[in-house]
Amino acid sequence: MTPADSLGGQLIDLFATLMLLIAFAMIAQRRVLTLIHLFALQGATLVASTAIVGYLTHQPHLYISAGLTLALKVFLIPWLLHRVIDRLSVRWDVETLINIPTTLLIGIVLVVFAFNIAAPIAQLSVSIARGTLGIALACVLLSFMMMITRSKAVPQVIGFLAMENGLFFAAVAATYGMPMVVELGIALDVLVGILILGVFLFQIREQFDSLDIRHLERLKDD
Amino acid sequence: MDALLLLLGAPLCGAAVLALVGHRGYARDLNVAFSLGSFAGACALTARVISEGPFLAWEGELFLDPLNVFLVALTAFVALTTSIFSRPYMRVEEEHGKMTPRRLRLYHSMYQLFGFTMLLALTTNNVGILWVAMEAATLTTVLLVSVYRTPASLEAAWKYFILCGVGIAQALFGTVLLYMAAEKIIGAEGGALLWTHLADVRSDLDPQIITLAFAFLFVGYGTKIGLVPLHNWLPDAHAEGPTPVSAVLSGLLLNVALYAVLRCKVLTDGALGTPLAGRLMMAFGLLSVVAGAFFISRQKDVKRMFAYSSIEHMGLTTFAFGVGGPVATFAALLHMTVHSLTKSAIFFAVGHASQKAGTQIMDEIRGLVHVNPTIGWGLMLGALAILGMPPFGVFASEFLILTTAMREQPWATPILLAALGVAFASMFSRVLPMVFGEPSVRRLPHPPALVPTFVHLSLALLLGLYIPPYLDGWYRAAARMVGG
Repeated sequence: MTPADSLGGQLIDLFATLMLLIAFAMIAQRRVLTLIHLFALQGATLVASTAIVGYLTHQPHLYISAGLTLALKVFLIPWLLHRVIDRLSVRWDVETLINIPTTLLIGIVLVVFAFNIAAPIAQLSVSIARGTLGIALACVLLSFMMMITRSKAVPQVIGFLAMENGLFFAAVAATYGMPMVVELGIALDVLVGILILGVFLFQIREQFDSLDIRHLERLKDD
Repeated sequence: MDALLLLLGAPLCGAAVLALVGHRGYARDLNVAFSLGSFAGACALTARVISEGPFLAWEGELFLDPLNVFLVALTAFVALTTSIFSRPYMRVEEEHGKMTPRRLRLYHSMYQLFGFTMLLALTTNNVGILWVAMEAATLTTVLLVSVYRTPASLEAAWKYFILCGVGIAQALFGTVLLYMAAEKIIGAEGGALLWTHLADVRSDLDPQIITLAFAFLFVGYGTKIGLVPLHNWLPDAHAEGPTPVSAVLSGLLLNVALYAVLRCKVLTDGALGTPLAGRLMMAFGLLSVVAGAFFISRQKDVKRMFAYSSIEHMGLTTFAFGVGGPVATFAALLHMTVHSLTKSAIFFAVGHASQKAGTQIMDEIRGLVHVNPTIGWGLMLGALAILGMPPFGVFASEFLILTTAMREQPWATPILLAALGVAFASMFSRVLPMVFGEPSVRRLPHPPALVPTFVHLSLALLLGLYIPPYLDGWYRAAARMVGG
C-alpha cells in the first residue's frame, strides 16, 4: 500500500490542498481583518499537517515543531497583528486591488510552474508527504506574488509571513522538518522580525501619515 | 575552544550590556572594548590555526578551516576599527541632535549583535545555523539603518527588510532541499546539515535536487551580496544609515553573504561535476560589474556612489569565483580581503567629510585637503586604492582576475576592462574636486579618528606588495577547495 492510499496520506493531501486554497484566498482578499483570519487559518492547517506527519512517522520532534507553529503563527502573531491594526485603526480598511481575475490567473500559472519544478524532485524524497512538495513551493510563490501586488504595508507583512508558512510546509513535506536547533533559530528570527516590522509600521505611519508604501519610493538614482 | 568562546561571547555579552548602558558616555569605549575582546579571540584562533591547522569544536558545530579563518580575523578586525571610528562620529551626531540616548543604546547594542551574527555565520559548521545567522544579521542591520528615524532612512530600512527577507526566504527553501538531498545519504541523526559531513559525501548528493537547491541558495544569498538585479536595497541602506553601519555593511556583510554562496558552490560542484554554479556566478557577477560601474557615473550622493562601487567589486569577486581554477579563486579571495579593508577605510573618511560639510551631496563637499589634510588624503588615497591603482592590493587582485579572465574567458575581458574604465573615470573626476577644490567645509568640534583609515589603507598597501606565507597558504588551500 502506498502512503498516499492510507487515511493519513489522504489527510495530508487534504490539508495541503487547504493550504493552497488559503493562499489563493489571500491573494484575492481585500479586507485587512479577513487577511489576518486567513493567515491564522493557514497556520492552523500547517499545525494539523505537521502533527499528522509526526504521528504517522513517529517523529516526536515534529510535535514540538507543530506546537511552536501553533503558539507563534496561530496565536501570538495574529494577536500581535490584531493589536497593530487596532492601534493604527486600519481594522476595517479595504484595499483597492486592480485586476483580481488576472492576478488569480497568474497564480494558476505559478502553481503549474511550481508543480513542474517539484515533480521530479519529490520522487527522490523519502517523506510520506513528498507529493505535497509542489504545493508547498506553490504557496511560497503565491505569497511572494501577494507581496508584490500589495501597496499597503500590513498586507505586505502578512504576505511575508505566509511565505514563511509555505517554507515550513516545504520542510515538512521534503524532510520531516529541519533539525530542532535550526527550527528554533528560524522561529526566533520570525518572531523578532515581526516585532521589528510592527514597530516599523508605527514609525512609517508617524512619518508619512499613511501606510501606503507607494510613499516609500522616493529614494531613486537621478 | 576558549578563544572561540571569547570570539563569539564578547560581542554577545556586549549586546546585552550595551542594551542597558548604551546611552552613557562610556558606552562608546565599552563598545570598543567588547570588539577588542572579540578581536583578541580571533587572533588566538588564527594563531592556533597557523600552528595546528584547521579544527572542529563544540561537537562539530563550529569549525575553522582555510576558507573561513582569514575572514574571521578580517571581520573581527574591521568590527574593531569601525567601533574606534564610531566613537568621535557618534559624539558629533549626538551634538547635532541626530542621536538621542535611546537611539544610542539601540545603536551600540545592535552593533555588537551584528558582529556576533557575522562571526557565527562564519564559524558555524551547520548550514541551517548559517541561514539563521544571516537572517539575524538582516534584522540587526535593519534596525541600524533606520536608527535616525528620518523618512528616507525608514524607506531604506523597509526596502531592505522586505527585499532581503524575501531573498533569504529563497535561501531557506534551498537549505531545505539541501537537507533533503543529504538526509538520504547521511540520515537524519548523523548531522545532515553539517557542512563538513556534506562535503565528505558531496559527490553522492543527488544532482537534480542540488541544482534546484543551488539556484535558490544563490538567489537568496545573492540578494545579500547585492548582485544585480537583486541589489536595490544596497545603495539606500548604505546612504541612509549612519556611516559606521555603511562601513560594516560593505566591509563585512557582503563578504559573509558571498562566503555562504561559496560554501554552497563547493557542494554543488562536487554533486554535479559540471560548471553550472560557476556559470551562474560569472553571469551575475559580470552583470553586477557593468551595472555597478554605470550607476557610479550617475550618483550625486557620495555614500551612494561608494555603495555602487561595492556592487561593482562584489560582482568582480563573484565573477572570479565563477571562473574557478586556483589562480582566479586565489585572486578573488585576495580581492575580498582588500576590498573590505579599503572600502571601510573610505567610508571612515567619507563619514567625517560629510559631517564637516553637513551634507552627503558631492557637489557641496569641496576642498577637504585645505581644511583637514588627513581626511582629504584619506579619501584620496582610499579612492585611488579602490580604483585599482598600484601598489595597493586591489591592483594586485584585479590584475590577477583580468589576466586569468583573458586566458579562461576571453570574451569577458573587454567588458570588464570597459566597466573598470568607466568606474575609474567617473569616480576619479568626482573625488578630485571634493579633495582639492575651493574649500566649503567647516572644522569639526572633535578631532576625527582617522587612525583606522590609515591602518586599513596601509594593510591594503602591504597586501599589494607582500602576502604573508600563512595567508598565502590559506588562500591556496581555500582556492583548491572552492576552485576545484
